[in-house]
Order: sequence, then C-alpha cells, then structure tokens
Amino acid sequence: MIEVKNLSKSYGNRGVLSDINFAITQGQAVAIVGESGVGKSVLLKCLIGLIKPDVGTIYVDNKLINSMNFRQLQNIRSQIGMVFQFGALFDSMTVSENISLALQKLTKLNEDEIRERVFNSLKDVGMENTEELMPSELSGGMKKRIGIARAIAIQPSYLFYDEPTTGLDPVMIDSINRLINKFQKNDSVTSVIITHEMRTVNEVADRVLMLHNGSIIYDGNPENIKNEDNPVVQQFITGDSTLV
Amino acid sequence: MFRLIFSPINLLIALFEGIGRYVELMISMFRSFFSWHKYINLIVDQIYQIGILSIPIVILTSLFSGMVTSVQAAYQFESGFVPNWFVGSIVGESVLLELAPMMTALVMTGKIGATITAEIGTMRVTDQIDALESLSFDPVSFLILPRVLAAVIMFPLLVIIADFFGIIGGLFTAINAMEVTSAEFIRGLRSWFRPWDAWFGLIKGLFFGLAITSIACYQGYFTKGGAQGVGKSTTATVVISCIAIVFLDYFLAEILL
Repeated sequence: MIEVKNLSKSYGNRGVLSDINFAITQGQAVAIVGESGVGKSVLLKCLIGLIKPDVGTIYVDNKLINSMNFRQLQNIRSQIGMVFQFGALFDSMTVSENISLALQKLTKLNEDEIRERVFNSLKDVGMENTEELMPSELSGGMKKRIGIARAIAIQPSYLFYDEPTTGLDPVMIDSINRLINKFQKNDSVTSVIITHEMRTVNEVADRVLMLHNGSIIYDGNPENIKNEDNPVVQQFITGDSTLV
Repeated sequence: MFRLIFSPINLLIALFEGIGRYVELMISMFRSFFSWHKYINLIVDQIYQIGILSIPIVILTSLFSGMVTSVQAAYQFESGFVPNWFVGSIVGESVLLELAPMMTALVMTGKIGATITAEIGTMRVTDQIDALESLSFDPVSFLILPRVLAAVIMFPLLVIIADFFGIIGGLFTAINAMEVTSAEFIRGLRSWFRPWDAWFGLIKGLFFGLAITSIACYQGYFTKGGAQGVGKSTTATVVISCIAIVFLDYFLAEILL
C-alpha cells in the first residue's frame, strides 16, 4: 500500500505539487494524468525516494520513506520496478547486462539463475534474442519494452511507469498496454502509470488521478471521468484546446 | 539598474552554492571509499580508459615539450657565456618540475575531463542516474568513485611516462640541433637533479588527477537541460579544470618547494 499525505514540492519560487493526498491499495492500477509539466514525474520520483518532498509524508507498505537513509531505501526499492520515460537503459551495457545488473545487486541468484531470469523477462515482453544488443541498436518501442523487462526481472510488488506509451505508434501503444495489463493481472502487482494517453488510461487503469496546478482535481474511475463537469478535465480527455 | 546591482550578487550566491554541492559530493565519495572493493571491475575499466588509452597522447605531447625546451635553451645559450651541457639541466628540471605534470594535466582535461562530464551528464539527462538509484545503486560509488580512484592511481604514472619522454625529446633535439653529446646532456641532467623534484612532479600529478576527475564528475552529475546542458557542463569542466590546475600548480609550488 502507498499512502501520500499533504505532499508539497517546489523548485525555487515555482510550486510544483501542493498538498497532495491519496492512497493506493495493493493490486490497484492507478493512472496519474495531467498536462505536461504539471508535476506527474516529480510525484512518481517522490514515491520511490528519488526526490525528497518539501512537506508531507509518503508511506510504502506502512514505512515512512521520507526519513529513510540510503540503505533503508534500498530495501523498499528492491520491491519497486521503475520504467522510465525513454527506457533509461545504460548506454555502455548490453540488454542482458542492463537486466542482470539489478538482479546481481538485489537478489542472491547465481549466474545460471540470473541468465534464466533475464531470458524469461525478455520473453515476457516479446524481446527474445536481443540479449547481446546495445541500447543504441534499439528503437524507441524496443527500449521501452527492455525497460519494462528490467523492471519486472526483480519480481517487484510495485511497478511504476513514467509515460510508457508516449511517442509510440498505435500498435506499439497497444502492445505496451497489454504488457501492463498482463503484469497487473497475472502477478497482482500494484501499478502506478504516468501517462498522457487516454487510451492507456481506459485500457489499464482501475483509477485515475488528475493533476492540475499542483493539486489533484479528479480522483475516480476511468468511466466516470467522461462525465466530470470540470472543464480542465474535459479539455484533457477530449483534447479540445478551445474548451478552457 | 536592479539587474546590474543584483547580477554579481546572484553570481556569487551561485558560486557558493556550486562549491557547497561540490564539497557535499566529495564527502559522499570519500564516505563510499571503503567500499571500493565492490567496484573493482569498474575501477580496472576506468584505469584502462583514463590511463592506458591516454599513454600515446601523453608520449606525443611530452616528447615535443622536451624538444621545444631544448631548442629554446639552445637559443638562450647562443651568447656562449653558458656552457652547452647546461641544456640537460634546463630540460631535466623543466620537465620534472613543470612540463610533464602540467602538459599531462592540460591534455587530460581535454581528453578525460570532457569525456567524463559528457558521459555522466548524458546519463543524468536521460534518467540513467535515476535508474541506477531506483535499482538500489549508489550513483556516487558506482560512477564517481571508480573514475576518481583510477585517475589518482594513473595520473602519477602518466607523469612518469611524460618525464621520461620529455627528457628523451630534449636529448634528441640537443644532440641534433646543438653540438651537445649525449654524455654532456646527461652530465647536465645529473648535475642539478634532486630526487624531490621528481617526487614533486608526481604529487602534482596526483592532485591534478583528483581535481580534473572530481570537477568533471561534479559537472556531469549536476547537468541540467538536455543536450545543450551536456555541452555547457563539458565546456565548464574544461575551463574550471584549467583554472584549478594553474591555481594548484602555484599553491603546490609554494607549499612543497
């Protein structure tokens, strides 16, 4: 379970997040939406302890992560798989090394077991036989899939996706959405998905949080968001720039 | 008007903020020093990247530095008041005390400093450093410690290579451009030689290595703003490292000589 209470974050004079409150229960798939620059990625990075909030508390599995030192955070992070916007694969390593790096650090698997886990993770995302490729040899969609393979390899309880479908073609978006659903349903992980794509929201999320001007302006299920009166919400889901 | 008054103040604040962040980063690095054995593969890789791959360019620059020192010494001695064998002393002392460590540091600033900043800066702007952290790696131990340690180990060795080839370059030119025999050159070399001078060059190399790599890592680690940010950080590394080298050069000379 993830619990965020009164979270605020600003950079200099620019307030990014203001008094954010929400809780995510085990097994939920929550989409966090909002226009660009509204603080979605900052919120996600706060949840994993990469950014410290100015005010507020974040609990992951009832443990307060704000005040944790690096070693304590390591324990929490070993349960969280993070998929970055552009994959964030390590340039100097092959696909296989990218995935096995975390396994060497976070698990006690031996070399054969790691090799098997890497193979299975790549198979899960439909990227078999790419073990020896370098990130520079991969397309944007392939990088995102490998990023997902790296995140699921540690068999996490939580999967955080930062814009997993942005910039992809419709077929690849569908493929990534199916992968998110697959891990959500089969492994009953808790997923937090940052996205702009309403298609992704509709296909994978149980719940939607919409951020605007640093606050949550919608918290509900994806079906009801269509009936929301707030013009900012309507503008976002219809993509009509003349509405507000 | 206000901007004119406040911009130097803001610059000063930014400078102190930068120094604070640099010191904080160095403290984190020194704290992780005792876990160096976990990163031995990375350290060996950096020793190869920073040290071994730089040997050809260090040989080339030191060879020509020694040669030009010899030519200029010969030009000064044209009056005939100074015996020719003095050229060995001039070349030896210049190379050991100044040219070998200084030229090595300046060349390595361009070659290694810029590379480190570009690498780490690119990792920063493409979220690779965040990815490392999310995978429970300490980016300071993983990225910065191996580079700085490798530099501290390899820079003095590069200075030794530069010393050797600088003197060889000087000897070669002295024999060919002046009527100095190799025995005379070596006589000059030995007459003014003090072992401390060679040690001083190595100590300078160690400090230069530490300064160049730590500045490069700092600039890369705090890069902001995409490709343009990486470019700015890389330029800053070269400029700040060059300034740091001349400052250190002076202060180490004041303290150690």
